[in-house]
Amino acid sequence: MSTQNNNLSRRAFLRNSSLAGGGMLIGFNLFQACKPKVISEPAIDLASLDYNDFNAFIKIADNGAVTIFSPNPEVGQGVKTSMPMIIAEELDVAWKDVHVEQGILDTENYTRQVAGGSQSIRFGWDALRQTGAAAKQMLVSAAAAKWGVDPSECSVSEGVISNAAGDTMGYGDVVNEAALLEVPEDVKLKSPKDYKIIGKDAPNVDIDEIITGKPLYGLDYKEEGMVYAAVVRPPAFGHKLVSYDATEAKAMPGVIDVFTIGEKLRGLKEEVPRITNITSDSDKVVVIANSTWEALKAKNAIKVEWEEASKAESTAEHDKILTDLLSGNTFETKRSDGNINKAFAEADEILERTYESPFLPHSCMEPMNFFADVTDEKVRLIGPIQTPEGTAGFVAQMLGRDPKDIHLEMTRIGGGFGRRLYGDFAIEVAEIADKVRKPVKLVFSKEDDMEDGVYRMAIKYRIKAGVKDGKVTAYHLKEAAVNSNMYGLIPNFFPAGAIENYQVDTASYDSNITTGAWRAPYTNFLAYAEQSFFDELAELMEVDKIQLRLDLLDKVKPEEDERIQYSPERMKEVIRVAVEKSGWGKKPDNVYQGFVNYYCHNTHVAEVADVEIENGEAVVKKITCVVDCGIVVNPLGALNQIEGGVLDGVGHSMYGELTFENGRPTATNYDRYRLLRMREAPEVETHLIQNEYSPTGLGEPTLPPAGGAIANAFSAATGNRLYKQPFAKTPELLKAPAKEIIG
Amino acid sequence: MPTYQIKVNGASKTVDVAEDTPVLWVLRDHLDLVGTKYGCGIGQCGSCTIHVDGTAMRSCSLTMTQIDGKSITTIEGLSENGDHPVQQAWKEVDVPQCGYCQAGQIMTASAFLAQNPNPSEEEVKNAMHGNICRCASYTRIKKAVMIASENMD
Repeated sequence: MSTQNNNLSRRAFLRNSSLAGGGMLIGFNLFQACKPKVISEPAIDLASLDYNDFNAFIKIADNGAVTIFSPNPEVGQGVKTSMPMIIAEELDVAWKDVHVEQGILDTENYTRQVAGGSQSIRFGWDALRQTGAAAKQMLVSAAAAKWGVDPSECSVSEGVISNAAGDTMGYGDVVNEAALLEVPEDVKLKSPKDYKIIGKDAPNVDIDEIITGKPLYGLDYKEEGMVYAAVVRPPAFGHKLVSYDATEAKAMPGVIDVFTIGEKLRGLKEEVPRITNITSDSDKVVVIANSTWEALKAKNAIKVEWEEASKAESTAEHDKILTDLLSGNTFETKRSDGNINKAFAEADEILERTYESPFLPHSCMEPMNFFADVTDEKVRLIGPIQTPEGTAGFVAQMLGRDPKDIHLEMTRIGGGFGRRLYGDFAIEVAEIADKVRKPVKLVFSKEDDMEDGVYRMAIKYRIKAGVKDGKVTAYHLKEAAVNSNMYGLIPNFFPAGAIENYQVDTASYDSNITTGAWRAPYTNFLAYAEQSFFDELAELMEVDKIQLRLDLLDKVKPEEDERIQYSPERMKEVIRVAVEKSGWGKKPDNVYQGFVNYYCHNTHVAEVADVEIENGEAVVKKITCVVDCGIVVNPLGALNQIEGGVLDGVGHSMYGELTFENGRPTATNYDRYRLLRMREAPEVETHLIQNEYSPTGLGEPTLPPAGGAIANAFSAATGNRLYKQPFAKTPELLKAPAKEIIG
Repeated sequence: MPTYQIKVNGASKTVDVAEDTPVLWVLRDHLDLVGTKYGCGIGQCGSCTIHVDGTAMRSCSLTMTQIDGKSITTIEGLSENGDHPVQQAWKEVDVPQCGYCQAGQIMTASAFLAQNPNPSEEEVKNAMHGNICRCASYTRIKKAVMIASENMD
């Protein structure tokens, strides 16, 4: 890993401006190649500074106070704490002196303001360090010039610059001079051994606001003159609005207006076909009212007539369609090594298994909502969104506005899990605001949220392996999914590269049910399928389950195949530590263990589940989780993500299922949709691999292995293999085997 | 619309709302107390938990008539400076991920500990079972409630 950065400075910096009122603003562009430039600003008071003019920056006041703006959406993954920590480390200030604020959408100064794919830290790592280090170097140069010494004679500790003679100067004392300097071409980054902030526990920067109930989330946002919108949505996928009668609703207290939307969205969809899968084509009826409750209540009073414009689908049909796809021949091959057919023909033994998963809603605790205010001058959008740039672009396109007219601010987000990658709610409120021409907040009821979701699609996998002379010689993975298939490098994940004859084939069925990414797309189910399969394969081969995985990893040569991005060495290390820390094979007889190792989102993970029998039923008691995510920026936050990911994996494998009948979900709220709760949450013990690799992300990678780990542990406890999620739906398979009668 | 006199966080408030308006929305939209969260609206998730005369209740499922003459405490009024032992424990453990459900978790935990200051771990799990945390910060919630119970002694 390189700590000396030599070519990022130019493209990392965009703007550097001196504020005569006191302060230095350094804008940083994470990835775009831009020439640095120095702008002198007229005298202004820092307190009255219009931050909209300077979007992405470090702000240092005369008194040395530091404000760092966090560029990416905070969805609970902790980047509002960890991204500024990286800047502060290289800037060399005390973390306690740093105030963090959420940056707004700024396509000029930031790139990839996205919360998704566990990539914020991974992509931000170099640029964020560069930003802090360059600012520090400019401050030191300014101080050295004042003293008339060479900058190399100066040192910095916690925002105070010292020279060889023992003089000291605070950052605030030289900030104005520093801001006028050229942005340095080369800056020296710290060696990890010198880190004072990175690697130390830092509490969530919003903790005080969260525990005292301050307004933070989109649903909390309000401003003078704002009205509330609730929307009557098609009752089933495939349904379209025919007519409505709002007489009663319009007479209700607080109701301002009732009208339909949909035309502008359909126009956008014609131009951007890829958003078809996330929104309905139907018109929708909008209620505008003075309060949330009045809007939600009035929408239930509107009489609506719908028609079935396209077929209303059901889970039973999906099951049949996906099963037929698996047995059919409409596959697209995503990777093919050797010749699987020949290898299967020559195999001594073959194992073939099918694994099935249901649709899942995202179940964010904060229902979808967004604020918009459309005027002739600009379009203001405020709310919880994982993809601010893409969403602002869609709104500009839909309303026929210059993208520069769109001003988007991200609030803290009450859960995303992929749902808030899709800005359908922001696009919707923009169309509403364009009609009402008042500041308006759209609120989904929980039922709207669950019935009009962008769900994880149902998927079935069929995995087949061939064994010859005690070796795995062939592996064939087939995927049948609703609407779309695994993408990117997923077909090249383990065991790609480990087995000579290997093939991944995918097929999909186009449904009118809206689907999209759900925390750890595809791998959230694939990991369980694959790792359950390897467990069973080891049993068939009568070899040690972990040794089988290690032997396969020995065959992988990533240096010969750039599509293979997992490291066999790092994987073997997490396996080794997981075996040691979980007490694998050394547990008392009443503890049954299941093992999984997995790589996704650039992170290597091993998990061991401990299951015990209680009252005749197998119960998950503990998960031991070992993670190699490289350098850990904030261990306190990292452990929270890891535990949350593991428990999310356990919860959805156990209970998660959304079924459809006549085009509509059979559950519309938490009374009929089960999420993991306190008593069902096993203990999670986490171990982080210590190394100096550049950091990867943690929002997703600990989720996928959890389902496999518990499935394998259940099998050890009960003798039953689990081929279908959710596991709690087949309680008979979770029961302890009848005791053998001896004699 | 009827007028209601209610006592929220020690202060008397007058609101004019339809009688079926859930207390949740009165707090959020009419009194600007947005710390109490809307999660499900049917009393299943616990995000909207408040104290009514010290008892934890779901504000989404309470009407104004039901709280008439009673004293309401929301997360904003749990302590003057955010230093209730439960809030302090939440901070010490750094419980939240997205944080959206945490006001409800804290209100459930604080009412529970007022009734049962020295609970067992099992009792804590049972008491907190009704509050969903979608981020699944359950291990930290449990730990924070135990720490708060020690600090309340």
